[in-house]
Amino acid sequence: MTRWLYGVPVLLLAVLVAVFAHGLTKDPSRIPSTLIDRPLPPFALAGLDAASPGFAAADFTAGHEPRLLNVFASWCAACPVEHPMLLKIAAGGTPVYGLDWKDEPAKASAWLAQLGNPYRRIASDPTARTGIDLGVTGVPETFVVDRHGRIRYKQVGPITAADWEGTLRPMLDRLRAEA
Amino acid sequence: MRRLVLAAALLLAMSSSGPAAAVLPSEQLRDPTLEARARTISATLRCVVCQNQSIDDSDAPLAHDLRVIVRERLTAGDSDAAAVQYLVDRYGHYVLLKPPVIPATLVLWLGPVVLLVGGGIVVARLAARKARVPDAGLTADEAAAAARLLEGRG
Repeated sequence: MTRWLYGVPVLLLAVLVAVFAHGLTKDPSRIPSTLIDRPLPPFALAGLDAASPGFAAADFTAGHEPRLLNVFASWCAACPVEHPMLLKIAAGGTPVYGLDWKDEPAKASAWLAQLGNPYRRIASDPTARTGIDLGVTGVPETFVVDRHGRIRYKQVGPITAADWEGTLRPMLDRLRAEA
Repeated sequence: MRRLVLAAALLLAMSSSGPAAAVLPSEQLRDPTLEARARTISATLRCVVCQNQSIDDSDAPLAHDLRVIVRERLTAGDSDAAAVQYLVDRYGHYVLLKPPVIPATLVLWLGPVVLLVGGGIVVARLAARKARVPDAGLTADEAAAAARLLEGRG
């Protein structure tokens, strides 16, 4: 009997341990999006009040510069954590569009009046349908949408400074350079 | 005695009521056949917020929304498969509690079979090898040594 065969179970065990160790470092709430590189699902939503217009999927397709589509809600616990980052991103010139998900428009207005409004436009999605079409599982989530209205990336959870500098900003720069 | 009967009745009531489903009366469809199909489908769909519960079991607001969507699709005439596909299009295969057989899950589905068959072949070959080793019997020296040992015992 060739002796090296006895090493095979040990090797298999080592591979299993490596796979499991890697798996344990992953966050199970980060579900990969099925919409990457696909166009935004069709929607046309009203704004938070009669004075402010909402937006539609078509608003993203007219060859505009790449944008962020941020899903938020006034009831969301992690959104205030992300908010200063969004204000900074918007101040830096990146258009941020807001989808107010499963929320009452009046509450969202009050929430934004208190924390500041980073959004160029806000669409109200009280029935959650647009969020579900986008595969949203919770708030906040942020989509990077290119100039053709295609979703290129999805961030789950608050955008940290590291997420912005390391992932989102370089990606937006790359998308701006695209035809 | 009355207390005993009461306790027995309570025990019976507790044991006969299964885990309560999260489906609200307001969500349910009038058509019992459609509602039954919706319940069956919902039990196979993952609540994407709570991860290891089906939307049929979960009280999460998003699970409620997804249950309503399943019922809407069925009412609109979708087949069971089409209603499930509607949510798979949005949330990916992750939304299915039972992973489908696709290239990415082949290891999951075939792995145990491959290990079992492979292990079986290894064990069978080892057993066959052992059986093939000829019984050479004892040499004269060995027989003498064995005889000495056995005598010593007596």
